Amino acid sequence: MAEQLILLENIHKDYGGKQVLKNINLYIRDKEFITLLGPSGCGKTTTLRIIGGFETPSAGVVYFDGKKINDLPPYKRQANTVFQRYALFPHLNVFENIAFGLRIAKKPKALIEERVGEMLRMVNLTGYERASVARLSGGEQQRVAIARALINHPRVLLLDEPLSALDLKLRKEMQRELKAIQQQVGITFVFVTHDQEEALTMSDTVVVMNKGSIQQIGTPTDIYNEPKNAFVADFIGESNILDGMMIEDRVVRFSGHTFDCVDGGFGSHEKVDVVVRPEDVDIVPEDSDKAMLLGDVTSVTFMGVHYEIIVDINGFKWMIQTTDFVPEGAHIGLFIEPDAIHIMKRSEYSGLYGDYSLDVDPQAISLGGEEEE
Amino acid sequence: MKRSSRIYTILIFVFLFAPIAILLVFSFNEAKSLSVFSGFSLKWYQELFRDSDTLRSVQNTLVLALSASLISTVMGTAAAVGIHRLRSKYARAALDTVTNIPMINPDIITGISLMLMFVFIGSRLGMAASLSFWTMLIAHVTFCLPYVILQVLPKLQQMDPSLPEAAMDLGCTPTQAFFRATLPEIMPGVITGLIMAFTLSLDDFVISYFTAGNGFQTLPIRIYGMTKKTVTPKMYALATIIFFTILLLLLLSNFADRDDEKQKRKK
Amino acid sequence: MMGGRSSSPRRRLTERLLLAPYSLWAVVFIVVPLAFIAYYALTDNNFSFTLENITRFFTATSTITAENGQSQEVRTYLLIFARSLKLAVISTVVCLLIGYPMAYIISRAGPRAQKTMITLIMIPMWMNFLIRTYAWMTILQDTGILNGFLGLLRLPGLHIIGTESAVVVGMVYDYLPYMIMPIYSVMAKMDLRLEEASHDLVCNRLQTLWRVILPLSMPGVISGVTMVLIPSISTFYISQKLGNGRFFLIGDAIEGQYVANNLHFAAAIALIMMIALLAAMALMKHFTDRAFQGGE
Repeated sequence: MAEQLILLENIHKDYGGKQVLKNINLYIRDKEFITLLGPSGCGKTTTLRIIGGFETPSAGVVYFDGKKINDLPPYKRQANTVFQRYALFPHLNVFENIAFGLRIAKKPKALIEERVGEMLRMVNLTGYERASVARLSGGEQQRVAIARALINHPRVLLLDEPLSALDLKLRKEMQRELKAIQQQVGITFVFVTHDQEEALTMSDTVVVMNKGSIQQIGTPTDIYNEPKNAFVADFIGESNILDGMMIEDRVVRFSGHTFDCVDGGFGSHEKVDVVVRPEDVDIVPEDSDKAMLLGDVTSVTFMGVHYEIIVDINGFKWMIQTTDFVPEGAHIGLFIEPDAIHIMKRSEYSGLYGDYSLDVDPQAISLGGEEEE
Repeated sequence: MKRSSRIYTILIFVFLFAPIAILLVFSFNEAKSLSVFSGFSLKWYQELFRDSDTLRSVQNTLVLALSASLISTVMGTAAAVGIHRLRSKYARAALDTVTNIPMINPDIITGISLMLMFVFIGSRLGMAASLSFWTMLIAHVTFCLPYVILQVLPKLQQMDPSLPEAAMDLGCTPTQAFFRATLPEIMPGVITGLIMAFTLSLDDFVISYFTAGNGFQTLPIRIYGMTKKTVTPKMYALATIIFFTILLLLLLSNFADRDDEKQKRKK
Repeated sequence: MMGGRSSSPRRRLTERLLLAPYSLWAVVFIVVPLAFIAYYALTDNNFSFTLENITRFFTATSTITAENGQSQEVRTYLLIFARSLKLAVISTVVCLLIGYPMAYIISRAGPRAQKTMITLIMIPMWMNFLIRTYAWMTILQDTGILNGFLGLLRLPGLHIIGTESAVVVGMVYDYLPYMIMPIYSVMAKMDLRLEEASHDLVCNRLQTLWRVILPLSMPGVISGVTMVLIPSISTFYISQKLGNGRFFLIGDAIEGQYVANNLHFAAAIALIMMIALLAAMALMKHFTDRAFQGGE
């Protein structure tokens, strides 16, 4: 997995004076499942289209297998795409849609039949050869699009929010299936999504983007546990993001209390952003020795496996996930392990996300629309 | 439908079809009279088919309409694709305005303007006759083009822009992608545009009148000539044939539409 | 997916190649010929500049004899222009009055009936207008079908042919479908529930028509009026056949000058008509824009 297949170097992209990509640097390894993740308008689709050859970068270089491919048109690239709304050809049936690439390459008939059959088996659509694509369900169309893109044996499959049109249950199913297909064909998948859960469950590498810049690149665990800035922390999962100050290495002060932590390397008394994930906070009796912070429970929501409770601590509303029931209005103590406290350098996103005093999930707002850049 | 609406509808259709019905009936009249039907006869039809000038004008009209509609469909479709890709707002607004001119301008203005240009250039080149089949063809292509563009452009706008991209992604050159992905999608608009151009060209009198050369007479110009002189029921026979041809074409296209809808409903 | 367009040089080249033939065609055969109208209108036979053709339009006079035998000196082309405008406006209003209810009735019929009726409306439109006009000539003649029919009913005959009424009948017949179609297409798209909602409120049928249907169908009415007014102002032939050549219209004037090979004066009349039409359309747009703004 070490081989570097695609390299984006200092990529910029402008549309009529508007910068949509700012200095993108990214390498993609052979055979990995990499996801470009971010809210609508963050530049993830544009990045994918630059790899596919549908857009030319305004500045910067795209390398494929060590060769510069900036001006190589899509039909000469060893990458194939699964489009957002599948873009199946309505005037062709399932067989002809899948066979399209081979027909263009003028492959012999026997080979085409064999390979299409193979593809249909892979995506579980055997028997659908003569069906009109317009009559297929969303999930079936999706499979045809994947089969059509894979039949040319590309080295990279580009997927542009392929699951966004499916309902939740089908989506989960397709997530598993896509991952299985990727392992079966053993090629690189570059996947674009705005759904952080999808990104975390499927990918080897996640690239978090916002406003045309890469915010963080890492494995799903890295991204979740070690967010680089307040944007990533807020975008990936639930998090309490607080203003803090490093006292010295491994000691941080926030919410009026001084905590031990595991991070270091900051200046003395440097202002920082502190992230505490809701599931990493323990509830203890208010008079317990372990209680580091004290607060009032302002709301309790049963979520199935756990309760989600909002605790007011000195006017800042925390979210805490716990399996123990705590009544609304209770006065409780909170305990946080040193390794549950994650310290981040201040960034342009500091102070933007606030607390949980809103009923509305701020992510739900930013993710409302479909990708439109 | 309410009774008053029904009566109203019938009155309107009587108004619309009475003149045509009269033409039909009197085309079979034995005598030359236009108000008294004296007996059934096909003699006006026989006379019509012996009228070689009229027959030649029918042939001319078809040749002209076919060439004009094909040229304007090819050029108009290419133009629509170009306009669709155009990103400069100003260029687009300018093209839209120019495209609208022949549709808004009265036919007589379009006809006169082209005629003046042809005559001017012809006289400068020292040509004996500046107007010919070719000037008429140019005029017909000019007034058909906007209608083709207007039919094709919306189809392009409705099309998923990823379709041609998907074709290129799968190995098509941009040209192949146009013929294999874009064209099948916009085909209904292209065909409607072709049919519109064809019928507009068939039917046009005013613009043809100003741009026609002496040697090339289309059917409408021939009819104009016939109606200038004394009335003969031969023209009624011609009108009857035209009417039934149109009726047949409309019925056929209606059936085609219905099949199309059925297929859509199946989906 | 607005951004789904790349702007590579290759792409811009294709764009130009696709647009080049049409753009060239449009300039050479749409824009330049219009300039030729102005050029001819403002020059004499030797192509030197003159305003004579324009002044001739406004000052040329002729003597007409009224039915009571009195002679009168008139400005020929101004009279023709005024008459064209009058007959075109009358025809347009008649088309609107007849066509509007028809469009409404069609739009409220069942889908199959709608389709049939629209096809029926379109059939006469597909017949050449020369034939249509000619048919009316045979009907309206003094010895024509209409008078034959009236005679059967022992009613006195009508003298219609050669009057302004005959010209209006011809125009209404020729252009009525152009009024019905655009109004129908706007009404067919109109939400029926709006009508029902307004019935539920205080409105009676007439009020519903006035307050709901009419304002909403305005775009169709405007394009219908434009589509009837422009050809009826500029028509020739209709008045030659149905008006017995007694009611020269502006289109006939242009044609007459063309036939007489007075191309420069023909161009001048065409230029003046074009400017008048542009002004009329700008005015109409101005007022309808204001009306729409006021309505909101």
